[in-house]
This record gives sequence, structure tokens and C-alpha cells, in this order.
Amino acid sequence: MTTVAVKPATMGQALGRALRDAMADDPTVHVMGEDVGTLGGVFRVTDGLAAEFGDDRCTDTPLAEAGILGTAVGMAMYGLRPVVEMQFDAFAYPAFEQLISHVARMRNRTKGAMPMPLTIRVPYGGGIGGVEHHSDSSEAYYMATPGLHVVTPATVADAYGLLRAAIASDDPVVFLEPKRLYWSKAEWNPDTPETVEPIGRAVVRRTGRSASLITYGPSVPVCLEAAEAARAEGWDLEVVDLRSLVPFDDETVAASVRRTGRAVVVHEASSFGGPGGEIAARITERCFHHLEAPVLRVAGLDIPYPPPMLERHHLPGVDRILDAVARLQWEARS
Amino acid sequence: MTVMEQRGAYRPAPPPAWQLRTDPEPLLPDAAPYRVLGTEAAASADPQLLLRLHAELVRGRRYNTQATALTKQGRLAVYPSSTGQEACEIGAALALEERDWLFPSYRDTLAAVARGLDPVRALTLLRGDWHTGYDPREHRIAPLCTPLATQLPHAVGLAHAARLKGDDVVALAMVGDGGTSEGDFHEALNFAAVWRAPVVFLVQNNGFAISVPLAKQTAAPSLAHKAVGYGMPGRLVDGNDAVAVHQVLSEAVRHAREGGGPTLVEAVTYRLEAHTNADDATRYRQDDEVEAWRDHDPVLLVERELTARGLLDEDRAATVRENAEAMAADLRERMNQDPELDPMDLFTHVYAEQTSQLREQAAQLRAELDAETESDGAGR
Repeated sequence: MTTVAVKPATMGQALGRALRDAMADDPTVHVMGEDVGTLGGVFRVTDGLAAEFGDDRCTDTPLAEAGILGTAVGMAMYGLRPVVEMQFDAFAYPAFEQLISHVARMRNRTKGAMPMPLTIRVPYGGGIGGVEHHSDSSEAYYMATPGLHVVTPATVADAYGLLRAAIASDDPVVFLEPKRLYWSKAEWNPDTPETVEPIGRAVVRRTGRSASLITYGPSVPVCLEAAEAARAEGWDLEVVDLRSLVPFDDETVAASVRRTGRAVVVHEASSFGGPGGEIAARITERCFHHLEAPVLRVAGLDIPYPPPMLERHHLPGVDRILDAVARLQWEARS
Repeated sequence: MTVMEQRGAYRPAPPPAWQLRTDPEPLLPDAAPYRVLGTEAAASADPQLLLRLHAELVRGRRYNTQATALTKQGRLAVYPSSTGQEACEIGAALALEERDWLFPSYRDTLAAVARGLDPVRALTLLRGDWHTGYDPREHRIAPLCTPLATQLPHAVGLAHAARLKGDDVVALAMVGDGGTSEGDFHEALNFAAVWRAPVVFLVQNNGFAISVPLAKQTAAPSLAHKAVGYGMPGRLVDGNDAVAVHQVLSEAVRHAREGGGPTLVEAVTYRLEAHTNADDATRYRQDDEVEAWRDHDPVLLVERELTARGLLDEDRAATVRENAEAMAADLRERMNQDPELDPMDLFTHVYAEQTSQLREQAAQLRAELDAETESDGAGR
């Protein structure tokens, strides 16, 4: 048995490696966006791609999100697999018409004749002290649009595996990258082929018997921390990382909630009209007779994303999660 | 004594010499739209091209009247007629090679038909049996686009991709005067110029965006002038002159194919009918304006030239009319048959692989359909 040189890698590096490997494997993969070339992206995710593959494969575009996505649609029509970067969550909004009116429904409106194998990378979420328009959690908008896949990794390995799967998918994938996890590190060996993680499967990050925390993306580490803290209270929490919001893994989520009988959905996006309401409804429909308490939500406040000096009051933290768990009307379940 | 006059005051260096990157003069459109028919230049127009354009124009006009009639019979939900604009539709479509791509707006059904698309399949969207009734790759015609100008960046991306692959494919993107106000128009032209993509943008300026006249749409000297700001040539053409449209578009297509980059062509024309059958054009324009444009009808312009040159006798004209009638009869007949639809197709083309959520909904619809069949069979 050979010893593999495992070293710490960041999520940003894993994403970059996924792009590089996808481009090396498939000459139709093209990376495009503002600053992705010479600069290597503002988060350096695309660092080195232009040098290795040339400007035609990793293209600095004019600064225009609708134009970036709209031209990518045309490139996909001609058989390429564009991977576009939106740089920051709130910068993607000018591209919404292209996304909703064309990307999401091109396969459908052409009766399957014209699929859209596009990946739209959107760095999203707060917690990095970004100024206004740099911290939105916009997943609910994407989730509400049939035809799109919506994916968000929470670990270094998933960042690689899910991005490879997104690029390989014949359908458009909105790939939400949790900005504050870009620098999170894990023991990861970039020299061995990594597993490509199929889109649509949730994973239980931590097993427990007292209640299920259903979460994704940037809130996964927060939930794991809350689960550790909950041990002091005698609570044994299970943490489910959804990884894919569309399609939604009803099976894994329902199985977890049936085991524990209690559920809290945790995410950064605002609560009202947010992903949590959909997830709570799905859990209730499937697990009603197993539930010992109503499904609760711990989410961002129903406010526009706050200025950075106040964002800690908006973002769901460990205490708020533990409060919710307490509100599940605890009985001797631990 | 001012601050700058004080001893040792900081004196900033003048800014580096700055100059325009491109002389805008060659990019500017001519002051008047380019015309051939009715001018001396018409004498040099190829007789075969004139005859072909004439036959297609007559057929196109008949297509427009037939499709409009189908809306009155309830066979089409709506039809945005291009009556009066047939020269743009046909002159442009015929400028393309088979390998080229057409990106039509919702009013450009006729351009798609002139490229050879089955007239019935071109109307699927408007009949309502499916959004796009054809395989875009088979015909190299993008889906008829209802949102304004959003198909223009697609044309740029496709042309760019084709060039990256080494194919000498040109994309023709069509948009109306109203569409030039949209952000996607700007972004598409900017990308195309920066990438020198082999694209031709054709603006059919038909005077109105539904009810809003051009004067309320733009303050530019002409829509073709907008090209200069992007660094591409702008061309102004009489959109009712099929020969002129064909010449200008052919030149722009050749320029793009040879690596010269994009061109913006504005064809000045007029929408003789309302925006659609849901619109009342008498609210926003005068009859005498419409009548003036009828004298400049694209079909008449070609007929006059052909007749003057003795190329169109009554026999030939009759044959052209009969062919157009046959097309209309076939269209009528086939459009009067109810399309066969499978509701289960609703779930088939959302994703490459159905999600479990869609499989559940499909099972529910299947059960509803089975229940309907059963109650029908019970002989109500």
C-alpha cells in the first residue's frame, strides 16, 4: 500500500482543480466571465486556467452578466460546455432574464432537441464582511425556476466532486459557492482522481438521535458546531447536508427525520418565501406521523442583506440553532 | 496670488496623450437608406434574383394573410404579421448559406419559412401545441424569440463558438426597433464587436414598438448610427426594397465570414398591419401614413421592376400566384387538423433525467388521465 501525500487544500483550490481537470478532459469546456483570465478570478478560483488553456478556453469577457450568460447560451447551442462565473451573488441579477427565459427552458421549449449543458458559478452568501450587494443568498430564486439544477457544496471534496458533475451534466446547473468557505481547508489530495459526486444526493454529515438539522452550503459547518455544542445539553443532533437543492433528496431527508422525529431547517437566505418553507412542507408531507414537534426554521432575517458590521445578527449562528432545538419541546430522547 | 502661482506648488503632469481607437467615419451609415429598385442601379440587378425574390415575396405575403385568417378562425392564438416587411424577411434569409444560423424574433416566422422551414412547424408556437415546433440544429434556426433582444447574445455566442471550432458559419440576428432599447441589444453588440464575432444584426425598423413610435424610442440619428459606439459598421437600407436588403445583407454576411466582424444593419420599413390581432393600430397612427407606405409596398417594387424589364408576363405572374395559393391551401388544411398531444410530454423535456419530484407529478397526471378515460368509457 502506497502512502498518499495528503495535504490541506482550500475549497477554492478544489474548485479550481475541478475546472482544470474538466477542461483537460473535455475540449468543449470553456470558462468565461469577468476577471477569470489574467487575474484568475477575484477569489483566484480560475487561477492559471488562461495560462494553461489559452484565452479562447478561459475568457475575460466584457463586464456584462446578461451578455456573459446570453453568449454562453449561444455557445452551448453550438455544442460547447460553457462554465460562466457571476463573480458575486447580487451581480447575477442582470442575467436573470437569460437564466429564466432561456437557459432554464431551452431543453423544454425545443422538446429536448437543444439541451443547455451550462454551469453558472455564483459565489454566494455572507459572513466575509462584504459591502452591499456582495453577500446575498439568492438560492430561492433559482429553486423556483423549473429546468435548473441548484447545487451548493459545503466541503472541499464536494466542491471538486459536485463541480465536475455540474460541468458534465447535460442540463444547466446553478453552482452556488459559499464564499466564506473558500478558504476552509481539509486534508485533500489533489494528485489522485477525486470522486465525482452525483447531483441530487444529500448526505448525513453527523448521525444523531435527538433531532435532524437540515442544512446546506455555508450553514453546514455552523450546524456541525451546534451539534457539538448540543452534546452538553444531552442532545444528540443529526446533520443532513443537502448539497443539491434541485433536485431535492426527499428520501435522505425523510429517512433522517423519521429516525429523529424532529427537524430544524437551517439556512442563510431569508426565511419568508425561502428554501426552508419548501423543505419544511416536504418534511411534513412525508413524515407527519413521525413528527414529535413542528418543523422549525432558523434562517436569515427577512431583511435586505445588512451592512457587514451587523451581519452577525442576521446570519443563523449556533445559539439560534440551539434555541430552536430547545423549542422542539424536548423530552427524554437523548 | 492663486495656489498654483505659489512657489513650489504642485503642478500635475498633463494626462497622457489620448486618441480615438478607431476613426468613426468609415463606420457611419449613409444619410439615406440604400436603395436599388426605382433607381438606375436596378438595371444591373440579376434577373434570376429578381424573379426569385418576387416569387418568395408573393408567397410570403400570402403566408401572412393566411396566418392572419387562421387567428380569426381561432386556429392560432396570435399572429404578429410581417405584411409590408416581407422584403426584410426574405432578402435577409436568402443572404445566408445553408450552414449559417438564423436568430429570429417572434415576427420573423417568414424568414424561417424562407429558409425552408415547414410552414406548419413554424407556427407551432403560435398555435400553442409546443413552444418550438422544430429542431433548431436541423434547420439552423433558433427558436422564435418572444422576449425582446434576448436572442441577440445567443447569436453572438454561437457565431463565436463556430469560429473557435474553425467553421466559417455566420449568424444573422433579427430584432425590431423597440428591441434596440433593451439591455441585451447593447450587450450583444458590444460582445460581438469585442470578439469580432461573425454576426450580422438586422434591425427591422417598422416604425412602432406596438404603439410607441421611433421618436419616443430613441434620440439617435438613426438606429444604424448605434453601430459606431460599438466599433462596427452601421448600414442603412430601404427595408421595402428586397434587392437592396439582399445586397446589403449579403455584403455584411461576406464581411463577417471573412473575419471582418459584425455589422449592424437598419432596414427602414413599415408594419402595415397592427402589432398583432390583439392590437388596435388606429389608436396610434393615421390612415394616410399607412396609405403612403402601401405605395412603397415591397411586392409592388419588385413587380414594377420586373414588368419594366419585360421579365414578368401574365403567365409567369399567374404561376407565382398559383404556387402561393397552393402553399396557403396546404397550410389551411394542415392547420385545421387538431394536433395530437401527449400530456405526459410535459414531464419529458424538463431535465435530461426526470427528478423524483417530476416522477411523482407524472404519476399523478397519469392517474388523472386514466380516470378521464374511464369516465369517458362509462358512456356519460
